[in-house]
Amino acid sequence: MARFILKRLVQSIFVMLAVAFLAFSLFRFVGDPISQMTGVETSVEDQERLREELGLNDPFVVQFIRFTGDILRGDFGYSFRTREPIDAMLLTRLPATLELGTVALMISLVAGIPAGVYTALRPRGIFSQSILIGTLIGVSIPTFVIGILLIFLFGVQLGWLPTYGRGGTVEIGWWRSSFLTVEGWRSLVLPALTLGLFQLTLTMRLVRAQMMEVMRTDHIRFAIARGVPWRSIRYRHALANTMIPVITIIGLQFGGVIAFSIVTESVFQWPGMGLLFLESIRFVDIPVMSVYLVVIAFFFVLINLLVDLLYFAIDPRLRVRESA
Amino acid sequence: MLTRLVQSEGIWLFTRSPAAMLAAVVTIVIVTGALFAPWIAPTDPYDLSSFSLIDGLLPPAWEEGADPRFLLGTDDQGRDLLSSILYGARLSLGIAAVAMAVALVLGVSLGLAAGYLGGRFDAVVMRIADVQLALPAILTALLIDGISRGILPAALHDDLRLAVITLAIALSLWVNFARTARASVFVERNKDYVSAAIMMGQHPVRIMLRHILPNIVGPLLVIATVDLASAILLEATLSFLGVGLPADSPSLGTLIRIGMQYLLSGEWWILWIPTVFLVVLVVAINLLGDFLRDLFNPSLR
Amino acid sequence: MLTIEHLSVRFRDRFGATMAVEDVSLDVRPAEIHGLVGESGAGKSTIGAAIMGLLPAAGEITAGRMTLGKTDLRTLSPVAAHRMRGKRISMIFQDPQTSLNPLMTIEDQLIETILAHEHLSLDDARRRAVGLLEEIGIANAATRIKAYPHQFSGGMRQRVVIALALCTNPELIIADEPTTALDVAVQAQVLDLIQKLARTRQVGFILITHDIGVIAQVSDRVTVLRGGRVMEQGATRRILGQPEHPYTQALMAAVPPLDRKLENFHLPKVAGETADAADAAQAREAEDWLLSGIGGGGPALDVQNITVRFGGERKGFFAAREEFVALDAVSLGVRPGSVMGLVGESGSGKSTLAKVIAALVQPAEGEMRLDDVPLAPMRSRRRGDASRRLIQMIFQDPYSSLNSRHRVIDVLTEPLWLFGLEKDKRRRERLAKAMLALVGLPAQSLDRYPHQFSGGQRQRIAVARALLSRPGLLICDEPTSALDVSIQAQVLNLLKDLQTRFGLTTIFISHDLAVVRQMSNDIAVLKDGKLVETGPSEAFFAGPKAAYSRDLLAQTPAIRFDKSGT
Repeated sequence: MARFILKRLVQSIFVMLAVAFLAFSLFRFVGDPISQMTGVETSVEDQERLREELGLNDPFVVQFIRFTGDILRGDFGYSFRTREPIDAMLLTRLPATLELGTVALMISLVAGIPAGVYTALRPRGIFSQSILIGTLIGVSIPTFVIGILLIFLFGVQLGWLPTYGRGGTVEIGWWRSSFLTVEGWRSLVLPALTLGLFQLTLTMRLVRAQMMEVMRTDHIRFAIARGVPWRSIRYRHALANTMIPVITIIGLQFGGVIAFSIVTESVFQWPGMGLLFLESIRFVDIPVMSVYLVVIAFFFVLINLLVDLLYFAIDPRLRVRESA
Repeated sequence: MLTRLVQSEGIWLFTRSPAAMLAAVVTIVIVTGALFAPWIAPTDPYDLSSFSLIDGLLPPAWEEGADPRFLLGTDDQGRDLLSSILYGARLSLGIAAVAMAVALVLGVSLGLAAGYLGGRFDAVVMRIADVQLALPAILTALLIDGISRGILPAALHDDLRLAVITLAIALSLWVNFARTARASVFVERNKDYVSAAIMMGQHPVRIMLRHILPNIVGPLLVIATVDLASAILLEATLSFLGVGLPADSPSLGTLIRIGMQYLLSGEWWILWIPTVFLVVLVVAINLLGDFLRDLFNPSLR
Repeated sequence: MLTIEHLSVRFRDRFGATMAVEDVSLDVRPAEIHGLVGESGAGKSTIGAAIMGLLPAAGEITAGRMTLGKTDLRTLSPVAAHRMRGKRISMIFQDPQTSLNPLMTIEDQLIETILAHEHLSLDDARRRAVGLLEEIGIANAATRIKAYPHQFSGGMRQRVVIALALCTNPELIIADEPTTALDVAVQAQVLDLIQKLARTRQVGFILITHDIGVIAQVSDRVTVLRGGRVMEQGATRRILGQPEHPYTQALMAAVPPLDRKLENFHLPKVAGETADAADAAQAREAEDWLLSGIGGGGPALDVQNITVRFGGERKGFFAAREEFVALDAVSLGVRPGSVMGLVGESGSGKSTLAKVIAALVQPAEGEMRLDDVPLAPMRSRRRGDASRRLIQMIFQDPYSSLNSRHRVIDVLTEPLWLFGLEKDKRRRERLAKAMLALVGLPAQSLDRYPHQFSGGQRQRIAVARALLSRPGLLICDEPTSALDVSIQAQVLNLLKDLQTRFGLTTIFISHDLAVVRQMSNDIAVLKDGKLVETGPSEAFFAGPKAAYSRDLLAQTPAIRFDKSGT
């Protein structure tokens, strides 16, 4: 077991390093930091001095090591656009995205998994067919359209929910949370639904496909042949075996949530990391772009590591050694 | 070879699936319309001289206050919405198709080679794919756009917008093809006909292209349809976010973005008509993709 | 106990409907082992599924009555039918690996099944479970019961499967090919177990199999099926020893005997079989072409000290990657123009040896010579090396040995142009047509795709492909193991015939000793990568020297009573 964890850790570090490398190359080669930071008035000598001070003339590897060290220490540098320290910007934005993402993921799992199971077990019912059609459309509608639709329906026509911004937030230390006020939750509903709906359709289709495949396996047939009660067959046998591959995909789903949060935050003007990234693209704010990359990759790798450990804990074939 | 497969089972199943047939019809209509846009559309929305502000914000022909010249109404600049949609679809489809083709060629070649040759090459390709998978499609696309914006001077970037977006989308999609191709190759590689070919001393490239590739077309076709839909959605999303095509040569995504500004004010057609169009197109393609998936996976029926 | 009267089952598919089972009647008495034998498509598995009420959605029972004791099986409601399963009838399947839920311990699976049908306390159920495991022969049952399925070997797993089927004390167990996936030794144990259980627990068995040897060994009565209909029925001894129905006679004539070597299988024509039309003149054209190229017959093959090591699987995450020795210093000599039979159980290394010779696997050590010319191992053998043409292989799986996207003509002409044997395209096609005739297939086959042919026909195409390289050494790797008995006999006849005519040096690999006896001049036995014994074939079968070989011979299920007549 320890060996497995070690191996996965090493892999994760490798991926992080690769991303850091990418991020750093971005930082180093795209555009000229100096001309971004200074104006036209700064003399050439001053620019040169700045370059020297910031260590921009050092060899590539040295700079990369410095870059990595900085990141590890939490020193993310400064934004070209706003001149603010990036770590401060992150701290304000991160909670917004994380809370949004978590709620969206919850929606997708809590609704998606049961829906997937149901449509797999009763494929011909009218309910199943309509769910399936619904998911087909759901997968085909871009996230921003879902957002617009929800805004239109609940925000404009019915006027029930706010259509932009974060509403009531409460600060706990440096974490600004929407969870603690009704206003906060009301602002959260539409964006979370938008983000979650797309993920939900994906989850549902996946669970359904897996479950249907499992129901076809020999050990299910054998369980039926032994007269094991149907309820037990469906849940204890089939569902348990379905969840194993599904768990890995859920890890990947988190990546989807992060990605589509960019769009959702844009539609709802939700002040999260996605919006920050978008603005950094528009203004070619390279430091922010690089840091965003690294942070996102970090979360992704973390989730994947956790999923692997979960996998490991559940599947006895990995846990228990084979004996003769 | 493909025709043989399609002829035997495919056509039979196809004619028995009303959904698939409807989807195919819709797709063909839209694609033809888009393809022949320059000849079909009443006006050319990219020609700045062909429209004027006076005609702006006119509702579609069936509402009151409409101008029969503009069947689906006009946007804020006075451009005919129908023409904009046709031209926009043309752009969207064009970008998506090219991006998908590039992704396909790149992904399948790498996947084929990685699966067949194995060893270090496979490990390298898979590492790259893993890293790329850590960064979802939109992210990659946005990144590429951002990078190009940083590298290229502003004017050049605008000219190359089309190419940049296509490249960005292609680079986010190749991994799907590569992984599917590689997985299929693993399955085929264990089959005896491959062993027979290797035994005979055939060249690896010949084995990959002439023996293995024809056998993995099925799953690749499914991925191609799914990715085509993804590419269209991706491009629409990029345009919506404002990093896609510029406002004066709009794709469907840009039209929706413009339309969103009028969400509250009542000029509903600018937003909803392109939206419906986009959704219908993607639904049709996804339906075809599902149909193909069922076709190549008889065990799931 | 179980009575089936005039059972008919129909399957619907997009082409219409086919009768999978037609007017089948049989009965099973308590403690009887009733064999249901037939070739693929005979409908035997369908009958088993019908009894259990487990027909797939496309199948339906159209006629007939099935009664178990006093209960009419057909009129049961779905709920009642499900309650019957396990309680009165159980079923076990072919592959023990996939029959068990990998996520549940054996104990949980056993207890769950017991408690599904009886109101016992948890402790009582557990006690019964442990007792069952002991009964089926698992040592340390009390501890082993807490293990997961993947911790048991294949044979043990099938025993666990049997235990699961038994734990509710059913009256009847339907066993669908229960030993097909097992090695000969393990198969013998499982069959013994089945016989013991029938005797001690008075439970009836329906034993579904295509293996006539298995039927001969354990079954009391047998029903012979073909195309969904009963051909013959009765006491096993009589049916197999003095078959009356022409089909059964043909079937028995096709079974390779273990006790002697036949010149040829004498296969009578059975009604309903169409002979493949072949052109004798064309066949001769191919024959002449082959003879002119082969010259004095096949080469001698000499193999010395071949050792093959594989990376192997990790056993748990603490152990390092274990090296798996597939072949351990194996040395062998094949006389020119003779047939060397290579036997062994799965994992013995026989296929690996063939792959080493064919340059598909790299040996860690050892040398090979073909007619005194050194044969380079995989990594050093050049793509244009002459041995690539001289050594040809017939593979086991007829469904994967031909590229399903290539037409037969593409498959056959490939070696001709690859090896530069015929530069003219039209002449290549002529030769391909001629070779098809030689293996007994019609010329129209050229334009067809492999999936349009049966397994036996596909193997013939594979043979034609091999011959079109003008080979000297032919390696046959279990070429008939995936084929029905009667088809196997035809293909074996073909191989024998071709080998004699052209004097090809042949290596014939099989796990089936009876088949090997029919084909080979010499024999070599492998076990766990080591050569156990080698020598002339008939001498071997008269009295093998090694203990392992003797066991192997004894454990092969065979028809051991006298057959009168031919």
